Amino acid sequence: MEHLAFDVAHMLAGGMVLVSFMLLYQDRMYGLLNVFALHALVLSLSVAWEALVQGAPHLYITAAIALIVKAIIIPLALRRIVQRLNIHRTVETVVGIGPTMLAGIGLVALSMALMLQVTAEADALARQDIAFALSVILLGLLMMVSRRNAVGQVVGLMSIENGLILAAAGAKGMPLVVEISVAFSVLVAFMVIGIFLFRIRERFDTVDLHALDSFRGDRQ
Amino acid sequence: MTVLPFDGLSAVLAIPLIAAAVLAVLPGYRGTALLNVLASFLTLLAAVTLFVVRPETGPLLLVDDLNIVFIVLNTFVGFTTSVFSASYIAHELETGRLTPTHLRFYHAMYQAMMFAMNLALVANNIGLMWVAIELATLTTVLMVGIYRTHEALEAAWKYFILGSVGIALALFGTILFYVAAQPVVGEGLDAMTWTILIERVAEFDPALLNVAFVFLLLGYGTKVGLAPVHAWLPDAHAEGPTPISAVLSGLLLNVALYAVLRFKLLMAANAQAIAPGPLMVTMGLTSLIFAAFMLYRRRDIKRLFAYSSIEHMGIITFAFGMGGPLANFAGLLHMTMHSLTKSAIFFAVGHIAQVKGTQKIADIRGLTETHPILGWGLVVGVIAIAGLPPLGIFMSEFLVVSSTFAREPLLAVLLVFGLLVAFGALLLRLNGLAFGEPQGSIAPVEASYVPMFAHLALVLTAGLYLPGPLVTWFQHVARLLG
Repeated sequence: MEHLAFDVAHMLAGGMVLVSFMLLYQDRMYGLLNVFALHALVLSLSVAWEALVQGAPHLYITAAIALIVKAIIIPLALRRIVQRLNIHRTVETVVGIGPTMLAGIGLVALSMALMLQVTAEADALARQDIAFALSVILLGLLMMVSRRNAVGQVVGLMSIENGLILAAAGAKGMPLVVEISVAFSVLVAFMVIGIFLFRIRERFDTVDLHALDSFRGDRQ
Repeated sequence: MTVLPFDGLSAVLAIPLIAAAVLAVLPGYRGTALLNVLASFLTLLAAVTLFVVRPETGPLLLVDDLNIVFIVLNTFVGFTTSVFSASYIAHELETGRLTPTHLRFYHAMYQAMMFAMNLALVANNIGLMWVAIELATLTTVLMVGIYRTHEALEAAWKYFILGSVGIALALFGTILFYVAAQPVVGEGLDAMTWTILIERVAEFDPALLNVAFVFLLLGYGTKVGLAPVHAWLPDAHAEGPTPISAVLSGLLLNVALYAVLRFKLLMAANAQAIAPGPLMVTMGLTSLIFAAFMLYRRRDIKRLFAYSSIEHMGIITFAFGMGGPLANFAGLLHMTMHSLTKSAIFFAVGHIAQVKGTQKIADIRGLTETHPILGWGLVVGVIAIAGLPPLGIFMSEFLVVSSTFAREPLLAVLLVFGLLVAFGALLLRLNGLAFGEPQGSIAPVEASYVPMFAHLALVLTAGLYLPGPLVTWFQHVARLLG
């Protein structure tokens, strides 16, 4: 049983890294949102499994929040925004997909090498979760720097938050305060983003951040 | 304190929270501005009572000798800024840059931000501290974007994205800290309680602590505005309302630095973990020298002083990184002096930008002739921030430099180099701003000078004579900081 518990947790957390890679190469807005929903779904399964294995019922709440808010509500809302603003064409990337994927592989290798080494004394489950979580976080950062579009950056940011929740769930017995707050902060953050997207649209008829770059503070 | 229904600690948190809720629904300008000032003043009083009656340390909240300094400074500058804000906002309403709805939102957010910062300062739980700093970030993002202009939106967006990434890295560091603590302390709240961690940290796995600290330093360092993760800071300062620039520079950067200090203390208590000092020294020096050179190319007056904040946060981080009673004392003093001086400068700059209708340095000249009180206030403020005697910053910078010379002469050379470069840039700009042929509007200004001169007077007093009890207190805290 213990072996199975570990294997399933391993598979789900590894699945998140895989979906993070899928996020990297999406070049269509709807595709991006669908894959993000999948990312959140895998996260919620992973957290639910942790809840079962650790016997920590409060983690089910975190899993439910991830499922309802991040896998359903947020992608639907973002989809509406994309529709309303009529920006569902291709997503502009800064670097080509090939180099981005290679960089992603490098980051995953780096996080494994680092985390497995320093967490040698920690619990096996926590150890692999944290190593995978760091991979997800780094891939999210990579995604944020490789996208010009505001929606792409927001999705990158939320995938980082997913990675954080994975790490928090893996850390055995971490107090509930933190998990709820993570989920909560994402909610609030999302509201902020929603307002911003609409305001940006109001002013400039675009959510392409490249257009915003015309303003460069001092360099007038 | 039996006369009061609750103690100072809960008052420091409850007053801003209640005020935020009330201000969110109250209409009108005069009443709400006054209420904002009143709430800030009551919070300050509550903070001062903490000196007299020290509440017991709980699992979530803590008041000790270290954070009481930060709390009192935080609530004091919060109070004076609310006074400045009242006159600043009146002008913004007249010119129509802010609508009444936005104003309601602005006041509510101001108090929510004070609550978040106070909570971050008194949190005894590293998770709670993180939540509070996240809340402070969100409230300030909303305020930076309040003018809804092109520039304000971009600044707020940049701040939001970089701030969130910083906050995310800090949370990962916090989780790693918990993972390191959990085998020793056990599961649950205890493994995140600072007072328990500090007792047991010597037994934690040092490798894990090292990685955790790097994440925490980068994460909270983003909020301190340390180079190379400072990019949000100048934009956020330049495009938001000036009272927000004052609290960002004077308070929020300190709060983030306080978080770094708490973790530095934890790291120092584990003999096998890397020494946190050199990392902080490197980041501090980089910020100082980088910002000093950037000062020369600034054309926007608020951006100029934002870069000066990066410079000074660099000096303070450097001082705390050096460690030891003298450098820590200098760091604490410098932090206090910088908060007071920088917010005073922003008070002046806010009125100047309003009366001139521009923030471009090239369009503002001869202030001492057209607006003598504001102009000379700015002159004194800039002279103070540049580090000339007899003002307080001279003394703290002198202490930082001299304590460094005694231990690491090479680092001191770099430090002095950075200080001189910044000094030159500031005086160069000041000359253009304050003297010469007057330019732009010479209309009289309805300003409240009291906050600005109160701050400058305190800085001057500190430069001439530091009261004995204050010195003893700071020395005591400096020893605690190791």
